[in-house]
Amino acid sequence: MINVQSKPQTKPRELISFLIGGQQFCVDIMAVREIRGWSQATPLPHAPAYVQGMINLRGTVLPIIDMSARLGIAPADVAGRRVTIVVWIGTRLVGLLVDGVCDILTVTEDMLQATPEVASDTLRVFVNAVLTIEDRMVCLIALEHLLPELDVAAA
Amino acid sequence: MERIKGVFFQDCDDLLVELETGLLALQRGERDPEIVNTVFRAVHSVKGGAGSFGLDPLVAFSHLFESVMADARASRLALDAEVVATLLRAADVLADHVKVAREGGEVDAARAAAIGKALVELTSALPYGGAESEPQEDALLSIQSAPAQATRCWAMRIRPHRELYAKANEPLALLRELRRLGEMTVELNDDDIPLLDDLDPEQAYLSWTVLLHTAQNESAIRDVFEFVENDCDIEVKGESVNIEPAPQTVALAPVGDTSREAPAVRQTVVGAATETAIEPSVKAGETIRVDVERVDRLVNLVGELVINQAMLAQHMLASGVAMNQIDMALEDLDHLTRDIQDSVMAMRAQPVKSMFQRMSRLVREVELATGKQVNLIVAGSSTEVDRTVIERLTDPLTHIVRNAIDHGIEQPPERLANNKPAQGTLRLSAAHRSGRVVIEIADDGQGIDRERVRKIAIERNLVSADATLSESEVDNLIFLPGFSTASQISALSGRGVGMDVVKRGVQALGGRISLTSKKGEGSTFTLSLPLTLAVLDGMTVSVGGQSLIAPLTTLLETVQPKAVDVHPLGANATLMKFRGEFVPLIDLGMLFGYRTEPLQPTKGVALIVEDDVGGRAGLLVEEILGQRQVVIKSVQANYRAVDGIAAATILGDGRVALILDVNAIIASQRQGAPLADQRRAATG
Repeated sequence: MINVQSKPQTKPRELISFLIGGQQFCVDIMAVREIRGWSQATPLPHAPAYVQGMINLRGTVLPIIDMSARLGIAPADVAGRRVTIVVWIGTRLVGLLVDGVCDILTVTEDMLQATPEVASDTLRVFVNAVLTIEDRMVCLIALEHLLPELDVAAA
Repeated sequence: MERIKGVFFQDCDDLLVELETGLLALQRGERDPEIVNTVFRAVHSVKGGAGSFGLDPLVAFSHLFESVMADARASRLALDAEVVATLLRAADVLADHVKVAREGGEVDAARAAAIGKALVELTSALPYGGAESEPQEDALLSIQSAPAQATRCWAMRIRPHRELYAKANEPLALLRELRRLGEMTVELNDDDIPLLDDLDPEQAYLSWTVLLHTAQNESAIRDVFEFVENDCDIEVKGESVNIEPAPQTVALAPVGDTSREAPAVRQTVVGAATETAIEPSVKAGETIRVDVERVDRLVNLVGELVINQAMLAQHMLASGVAMNQIDMALEDLDHLTRDIQDSVMAMRAQPVKSMFQRMSRLVREVELATGKQVNLIVAGSSTEVDRTVIERLTDPLTHIVRNAIDHGIEQPPERLANNKPAQGTLRLSAAHRSGRVVIEIADDGQGIDRERVRKIAIERNLVSADATLSESEVDNLIFLPGFSTASQISALSGRGVGMDVVKRGVQALGGRISLTSKKGEGSTFTLSLPLTLAVLDGMTVSVGGQSLIAPLTTLLETVQPKAVDVHPLGANATLMKFRGEFVPLIDLGMLFGYRTEPLQPTKGVALIVEDDVGGRAGLLVEEILGQRQVVIKSVQANYRAVDGIAAATILGDGRVALILDVNAIIASQRQGAPLADQRRAATG
């Protein structure tokens, strides 16, 4: 309780959780523009394997990042039912291809924990924090590292 | 307030253009008194506006400028070439002041002071800041001498009673009504405002003195006051020009109900002055100002419409419904969408005049810095181009013009020695040519010293010493990165930016730049640019199951390669004979990683393309799907630049198709590093 008084309780955040290869991840709801069904992307030359290509979102051309490939997790067998979460990463609009959307979580800042040391190195780059919801662990995605060029800058 | 200020700055842009246009006319020797009037009014309006926003440095400078122009108008100052040159430089400084007032930063103090001094020497007037009432008198002066046809001058005093306010009447509304009758100046009299302690917020303390030039008679003026006649004192006197100057204008608004009128009325004066300044020079049709964002939104929406229309047509075709009426309606829709698209694009188009006018300022500056004499001849300044093209072309053009004077045009003694007039000529022209706009910058200077260019290029390892180069190839060496011919870094051209940056800037706009030069006679830079950056005509081709678009501007022709014409070269290169010349044959499917097995050249189609420097290649594709106009969408905006891809577009079925960057593809081939290798490196 003392902790709460010295540090004013932050406003609760809302996160959208989704599944990638059976594991739960989440992003801040404020970064999400929309969620849409899967659509065929146009492959880009010289793109890393996790960049599926470009799609047309009502006139805007944006890249699709296959999250299971990006995080190095084997995808669940849901090929036809995958969904795209369209998020803002800075000024860029990017589609994240995930296995399915789960829930909207309301959390406060103190529920977020730093990523433990044990997590694999690749995963640690893309995970900002972890939190526990009803005994399940959910990882908060660090959106800014998902795009290839920003990834290079961070390395 | 900030918004009003924004409007003022927009007006300033117009006024500065008017000012410069006027001065340039004077420089050409035109002596129409109306030109002097226009110049005077432009400066005066800038000063008036600046005054109401408390932009003191701007006011001080424009006051000085105005005084000189007042002398010129009254024929107390002869406008010889030297004076006009000073005035042009003063106009540049005035533009700097406006820019600083708008965007912050610093005015070049030394320059401003030098010009200021020059102006002081031209005029007998007192510098600004002496008598506070002087600007007002000036204002009256400008109104009195404005051309008035059968107008009379009416002086009025308006003193509202408290009842006027109590009945929810607005003095401002009355003043606005009066302004519709003619030109007017308003002065506020705040003498009667008591000390704050004694101030009754419901009492009326303010009165106004109005000087109105109008062709209307007294009853028309009286009509304005019809509803408030009993609630205020109104005095109307005809022909009374010698109205005694009213006391100082309030700068600080007093407290009370009536106070809010004060700043508003000042604004009214500014508005009136601006209008009168623009009126006499109105030649073009009526215009409205629209936020660029709104136009861009419309452009985007029309882009969507074009895509949707294409989708609809495709669906109709696929559904197999054959009905004459539907076909005809679709065709009409096609025409309509194209017309709408053209009209919207025309809205974004602007004459290149503004850009060219900047160049005339630049020429003056470079003249001053180099001691060279240059006569700038401008042609086709009404040619219209998309505003983005204009915005992004200004820097490259600035650089070319600067270079032309700095490196091209010789010093006067040298020119005279070569039987040329001491004054060099720089020709700047724009014209529409086959769907593109062509801008030429031609100087009559010394031309390109090919010996030297070649020597430098060899020194800097840009070409090998034994290479045989044609004249135009040598000329084009100056566009290579790391090339700069200035033997000493001059303050003008040697800014670390070479012609390669200029070239890249032009290419980024989808344009081409070329150079022709004759020793001793001068050089001509030719820029060919697309009219718009929003759409392009392209050839749709299929490669490895994907649709790609090749820009028509790069396409020379398409051929079906014959087995006898195709020759393998080394491990993974192929050459093709095209019109007696060998060109590299590039398998796009392999290059982009869309296919793992190379395509048999004889089973595909080769697009013969040419890049900006004349390099050619054959791009091998499976088949040609058709020709169409496509809306350009950025790949970079949401992702990153992709080598070999210029942009994306959306096809009739809603899918994304990539537009080829022919320059990058040919360049990658030349460097001998196939893109496919980079791809393997990136994914592996």
